[in-house]
Amino acid sequence: MVLKASDPLNNSTNATPAHAQPALERSLLVEDLSLYYGDQQALIDVNLDIPQKQVTAFIGPSGCGKSTLLRCFNRMNDLIDGVRTTGRILLEGHEIFAPEVDVAQLRRRVGMVFQRPNPFPKSIYENVAYGLRIQGTHPKTETDEIVEWALRSAALWDEVKDRLKESALGLSGGQQQRLVIARAVAVKPSVLLLDEPASALDPISTLKIEELIHQLKSDYTIVIVTHNMQQAARVSDNTAFLYLGELIEVGKTQDVFTNPSQSRTEDYITGRYG
Amino acid sequence: MLQADKTTYQSWISSGEIWIWMNAAAVGISIAAVGGLLGLIAARGLAHFWPADIAAITYTRESGTEAFALGEMIESERLALIQYRDATGDTTEFPEGIEEVDRWLIKTGNRRVDPPDFQWIYNHRISSISYPEAVAVFERMEWGNAYGELHSVLENTEVVASGSEVWPELESRLERVEAIRDEIGDIEQGEFNAINYDLEQIRLERRKLELDDAVAAAPRSEREADLTAEEVLLNRRYHTAESTLRTLIEQRSRDAIEIELSTGQILNINLAQLVRAWRPNQMSVVDKLVLYGSSVWLFLSEDPREANTEGGIFPAIFGTVMMVLLMSLLVTPLGVIAAVYLREYAKQGPFVQLIRIAVNNLAGVPSIVYGVFGLGFFVYFVGGNLDQLFFQASLPAPTFGTPGLLWASLTLALLTVPVVVVSTEEGLTRIPRAIREGSLALGATKAETLFKVVLPIASPSILTGVILAVARAAGEVAPLMLVGVVKLAPTLPMDGNFPYMHLERKFMHLGFHIFDVGFQSPNVEAARPIVYATALLLVLIIIALNLSAILLRTRLENRYRGVES
Repeated sequence: MVLKASDPLNNSTNATPAHAQPALERSLLVEDLSLYYGDQQALIDVNLDIPQKQVTAFIGPSGCGKSTLLRCFNRMNDLIDGVRTTGRILLEGHEIFAPEVDVAQLRRRVGMVFQRPNPFPKSIYENVAYGLRIQGTHPKTETDEIVEWALRSAALWDEVKDRLKESALGLSGGQQQRLVIARAVAVKPSVLLLDEPASALDPISTLKIEELIHQLKSDYTIVIVTHNMQQAARVSDNTAFLYLGELIEVGKTQDVFTNPSQSRTEDYITGRYG
Repeated sequence: MLQADKTTYQSWISSGEIWIWMNAAAVGISIAAVGGLLGLIAARGLAHFWPADIAAITYTRESGTEAFALGEMIESERLALIQYRDATGDTTEFPEGIEEVDRWLIKTGNRRVDPPDFQWIYNHRISSISYPEAVAVFERMEWGNAYGELHSVLENTEVVASGSEVWPELESRLERVEAIRDEIGDIEQGEFNAINYDLEQIRLERRKLELDDAVAAAPRSEREADLTAEEVLLNRRYHTAESTLRTLIEQRSRDAIEIELSTGQILNINLAQLVRAWRPNQMSVVDKLVLYGSSVWLFLSEDPREANTEGGIFPAIFGTVMMVLLMSLLVTPLGVIAAVYLREYAKQGPFVQLIRIAVNNLAGVPSIVYGVFGLGFFVYFVGGNLDQLFFQASLPAPTFGTPGLLWASLTLALLTVPVVVVSTEEGLTRIPRAIREGSLALGATKAETLFKVVLPIASPSILTGVILAVARAAGEVAPLMLVGVVKLAPTLPMDGNFPYMHLERKFMHLGFHIFDVGFQSPNVEAARPIVYATALLLVLIIIALNLSAILLRTRLENRYRGVES
């Protein structure tokens, strides 16, 4: 079975929330994934299992391919000219590179939050409702409910409930990032990709985001890219270490940090390079 | 030791102060040029409407005889003595040290009675200037102003007032004539226009019926009978209106006045021919201001008279604004769609780059070339074919196959489309990648992202393009002469007859009006102030159009501020 636009099971407008679907062992399966920017190979034969409703962190030095790998999961790399991939990625058992896949449907299943907060120049309400409006017309009361639910999920509701009609650009950086998370959550994805979500934020906002990740992992599979070792150790259940496009090591976070099996992992974690 | 050495030339140069001076000078020159231009146009244009005092000037002619002139002193000019001698043949000795003479341009009016209506008088020949209170200006429908003293008021050639009662009598009778004039205008513009329009429609219907072979004989004759009945009805209405009009016209010319000119001649002016009359020499500043205001209003709201050198310029204002608005409506979607394709969808490469360069270069093509293209393509080809297809009934008289408002707007839209394309593209490139990715990551397609996120953010840039396009289009004259602008348009392109907007009609335009009045007019002196006033108005209209677009852009910019960080 593949993800098709017509497939009702994969339509996220479906009232069934993602977390109500039957529990699977793994959410994402990466098999022999290689990616090329033109002639340059950015990912080399990556094989990876991402378990459901857990936080998986990608760590590694700059340019090691962790963001590139993350962007494979919702096919954001399609937007870049000259990118070519080989291998497979299965989302809950469905091949995502298959030609029949509706990329828009895939992206509704796999939400993404970027390094810098990127709210649209619209009101707070419209930002959160954006994904719903794209999917089609919901009755106003339903939209209201989903917006409130999404903002509560992102721990932002109490701060913005009185100014939903005001521009999202008036929020602080940390609030904007939580708004973007709410925006992603509103379309009820099963996977959330976080690309260094706290790197542009101050320590207090970072803490809030980390708390939020803790709360969200009971409902979503979360994949986070981070530069910050402490953050990876704090928030993730599993950690994957990438180096120069190769997946060096993957395992339980505790194991990777306390007892790495590869010397390169240990060198990176202890700060010998990176 | 650390003190700057301000003494050497070298250190002064390296301090960069010279650049600041040069920048300031360049800005100063620009401001002076723009300010000077606007100042000149404004001063000359606005002064025209001021009710100047009437001077009674006694002077000696070259022949030595005494002469008398009555009129407004328009401007003075200084002439070199040599020029003066060449111009007049005057060989008399001037006192030592005098190398220049001054002369005044006097507007003496009274065209056709006491020519010329403008004359130069040399200062040293003037023996006295006085401002008699009794003299008045009579603004006539034809032949410009008359200057003189009001002698008597006549009704059906009988004198009804003279002496001190003439002015109140004239005023009340002038009011009556004005009311009649309004009524006549209503009938001509309203009833007559509507009847003529309907009659024309009937004629076209009949012609269509003739051309259409498919209609059977029975319904055909029935339809024809209907049309004839309608026509009879309309003709009856026409005759009623016509007889009302004839009575009104008769009533309008009941009264007349007699004025005494400076030559002692008596001039009879029918009140039908009189617009206004005033005695500037006994008016207070407040009275003059009131009159000034009404003059400006007449200029803005009336149709032109006397080969455009008198009266107002309302049709030209209307035509200009309508043409620019229509042009904006046409150019915005065209330019935005082209820019979106070039920037968002086309595969970037040498070919797209080539197209981009070509589009930019289009902005540099002389506008008259667009005019020729518009005439050949839009008017003759597109318009001609439209006539063949849809307006067969009125052929051989063309409907769209002749220059008109639509073709002029389309031609100007083509002329200004590069500006809109370039600024829209700039706006699109400035939108951060993160914003687009944010939308795409939520499952929006490229088109949804474009319409819901990208274009709204780019809207200030699009408006910048429209502002530049409006500025260019409103000032353009050359191509318009080929595709729709005329010296005098009998009707506005918008009226009460269905479909209310008549895009096929020819129209008047302020830019062309300036050219026409300034260079094609038989009476240069009378035309000159109109040229300045029209130019001022054109500038003001362009400023107003631009300001409204800028205000809109500022609002949008405020809404999207902070996105492009």
